[in-house]
Amino acid sequence: MPENQNQNPEAGLPISKIRAGKVSKYAIPHFVAPLDETPLHGVDAVKETGKPLSMWAEAWRSLRKRPLFIISALLIILVIAIAAIPGVFSAVDPRFCDLQFSNEGASAGHPMGYNFQGCDVYARAIHGTRASLMVGIFTTLFVVLLGGTIGALAGFYGGWLDTILARLGDIFFALPMVLGAIIVMQLPAFRDNKSVWTVIVTLSIFGWPQVARITRGAVLEARNADFVKASRALGLSRGKSLVKHVIPNAMAPVIVVATVNLGVYIVAEATLSFLGLGLPFEVMSWGNDISSAQSQLRNNPMMLMWPALFLSVTVLSFIMLGDAVRDALDPKSRKGN
Amino acid sequence: MVQNSEPKPLLEIKDLAITFSTPDGPVNAVRNANLTVMPGETVAIVGESGSGKSTTALAAIGLLPSNGEVSAGQILFDGEDISKASEKRFVELRGNHIGMVPQDPMSNLNPVWKIGFQVKETLKANGLAGNNPKQRVAQVLADAGLPEPETRMNQYPHEFSGGMRQRALIAIGLACRPRLLIADEPTSALDVTVQQQILDHLDTMTSELGTAVLLITHDLGLAAERAEKVIVMYKGQVVESGPALELLRNPQHPYTKRLINSAPSLAAQRGDKHEMAVDEVVAEKSEPLLKVSNLTKVFDIRKGFGRKDKFTAVDKVSFEIPKGTTTAVVGESGSGKSTIAQMVLNLLDATSGDIVFDGQAIGKLSERELFKYRRRVQPIFQDPYGSLDPMYSIYRTIEEPLRIHGIGNQASREKKVKELLDQVSMPASTMHRFPNELSGGQRQRIAIARALALQPEMIVCDEAVSALDVLVQAQVLELLDELQRELGLTYLFITHDLAVVRQIADNVCVMEHGQLVEQGTVDEIFDNAKSDYTRNLLSAIPGASLI
Repeated sequence: MPENQNQNPEAGLPISKIRAGKVSKYAIPHFVAPLDETPLHGVDAVKETGKPLSMWAEAWRSLRKRPLFIISALLIILVIAIAAIPGVFSAVDPRFCDLQFSNEGASAGHPMGYNFQGCDVYARAIHGTRASLMVGIFTTLFVVLLGGTIGALAGFYGGWLDTILARLGDIFFALPMVLGAIIVMQLPAFRDNKSVWTVIVTLSIFGWPQVARITRGAVLEARNADFVKASRALGLSRGKSLVKHVIPNAMAPVIVVATVNLGVYIVAEATLSFLGLGLPFEVMSWGNDISSAQSQLRNNPMMLMWPALFLSVTVLSFIMLGDAVRDALDPKSRKGN
Repeated sequence: MVQNSEPKPLLEIKDLAITFSTPDGPVNAVRNANLTVMPGETVAIVGESGSGKSTTALAAIGLLPSNGEVSAGQILFDGEDISKASEKRFVELRGNHIGMVPQDPMSNLNPVWKIGFQVKETLKANGLAGNNPKQRVAQVLADAGLPEPETRMNQYPHEFSGGMRQRALIAIGLACRPRLLIADEPTSALDVTVQQQILDHLDTMTSELGTAVLLITHDLGLAAERAEKVIVMYKGQVVESGPALELLRNPQHPYTKRLINSAPSLAAQRGDKHEMAVDEVVAEKSEPLLKVSNLTKVFDIRKGFGRKDKFTAVDKVSFEIPKGTTTAVVGESGSGKSTIAQMVLNLLDATSGDIVFDGQAIGKLSERELFKYRRRVQPIFQDPYGSLDPMYSIYRTIEEPLRIHGIGNQASREKKVKELLDQVSMPASTMHRFPNELSGGQRQRIAIARALALQPEMIVCDEAVSALDVLVQAQVLELLDELQRELGLTYLFITHDLAVVRQIADNVCVMEHGQLVEQGTVDEIFDNAKSDYTRNLLSAIPGASLI
């Protein structure tokens, strides 16, 4: 029998009341449910039916049912196909311009008409896809690699490394991306070697701090998880536990931001090209086409609308994809049980 | 069953069914639930997580989540059916007719408003603030047992401890003198001694005001001690209900019997223990495997502008663990028990003092020796949702230690993983699954399998069963005990729950504010505790005097 019932009165202690339970003044029937109504299950039995699903597989399963994802994914596949094999989508040579067709409307084989120079607007928009998409994809890639690495190191190791890297990021963060890019693109080294790659490098310089911040936050959250502690107790070194456990668990928000930003970088490229600072004029791109259509806005507004439409649809589909991915990877919905 | 002369029930739930619509189709969270609460009476609903106990209570106050609805049955409050009542009617009822004390004191107070404001809000909403609301607020807080209410009402929630926040929540719940108070696990996040104080106070207040209480808890001992009537729920159904003491002493339904057998608070009182005989023989012969002497850890707390404060988390603690036995380190939150675990695991450096494992001082190990040490000592952590990497399949999780230490090849590792799963009684097919598909108890068993993979000699369990339901908890404790007998493991068992200690430990160290208050064998501590602190802890175990 317990000691505190009989011999130990526990007098003088702050919480010493002996609790004997309560007895109701009402008659309370003792009800027992028939056993066959709620059969007793084994304690905590493992569910063996159903296919095992990893977190990514589960995200994919919920993703592929979303209309937002289906529409954006189809559009993105189309855009990628256009960029990869533009010849299939337009048989007309975009560089063949004849001034006799200057500013003419649509005609057979030329569904979007001609621009001021007499070039086919549709063909130029199709062939301009590649440059825009390349800028978007490669800038995203560099930004994720650079920003992700810096953010992960800063978040995981903390201390002075974090302070230095975070301040460095803040300096770049304080400059608006397009303004900063305008200045950098005017530096002699960039001005004289204008190409797709200079645009990519410039945008990456100003794009990485955002990804670094997000990675840092996600890594900070993941590095304190018990499974990281457990892996250290198993003998994994700090660096390895960062690569094997922390980074994979910090990827979800980075992927979401990267997808949305891909569209933003395409817009930034178009902005720079529109200002005459982005891609060289020889490179066909939507930004350049919009820029050259600007002077003819009153005479032939459609000349500006078509490349702008291509641009908007592409950017919109990347932003929609980002939203769909965010919903699927939402950590709250996958905590489970 | 209720005679005519007696008052009518305050709350009567008849054949209640609650359905949630989920993406995978409707889920019946509650079926055929019946219960009555008489005026001024305390009724406890007991069950494990997912049994529908909270859902039933939330339906009575109209706070079901938006995807849940009452699909059948009646909820009669004072004779009025409120199961389909409008939001407007519920707003009238809440506060001055039905009050609520929520579960988590940490998240249920708005951090940007002062405590006083949050109490005043309740009073105002029910038109009870009167001419001098400040005085009224102070009175309400004082009633809930908060000292210096005038000062306290001008403080923010972060300036309150967990127990004080819970008192503030009780103050809010009872501010408008409701006739029914729904208390949803009001103390499960608090230390046992604080829990006891709060429940004592709640008892006094409700009996003075004549408030009926619907108490929701997972602890049968606590329910039996605090309520006149206990209702046991299992998988959405009421399996047994009756007078508290009668139900505790004479359970009829097999599920209730199971609960009473497993509840640590009750088991501790019965003196259930694991098989001591084997361990004692081992203990007498063997050398201590782990020897901790004068262990101290001081943390620097930054105060800004380069100023630092010293905080001594562990203060000159010494103990020994004989090989093949279990030593439990018990203490309330902030007692420094987890810090000891981290230092023994060498995840944290000691400020001073020695930890000697098998004759080797672990503070001075080289990289290579440390790597070897890691093989011999393994941890199991508290949070079953955090201790497994969600990206890793169960196979990869258990295989990881083998890979890190370069043990065996692909085929032999797979065989080993299967063996380990078998040891923790999980089917081998589990190895293709991912942590998000397993329950808390199952994840904890996987964590044990991972810890066993390297065939360690000692396992450090840091609150390893605290987050689990009682039945699952009992199952995991049994597994740990079995493994100890089979493999001769030594356990360092960190816990806040003295009740669990009796089921698993051979020796006990009781800690308070970083210091070792008392140590001895389980029987010495439980039957003949020397310090007031330990006796307080023991008597605070709910249900202590009922069996």
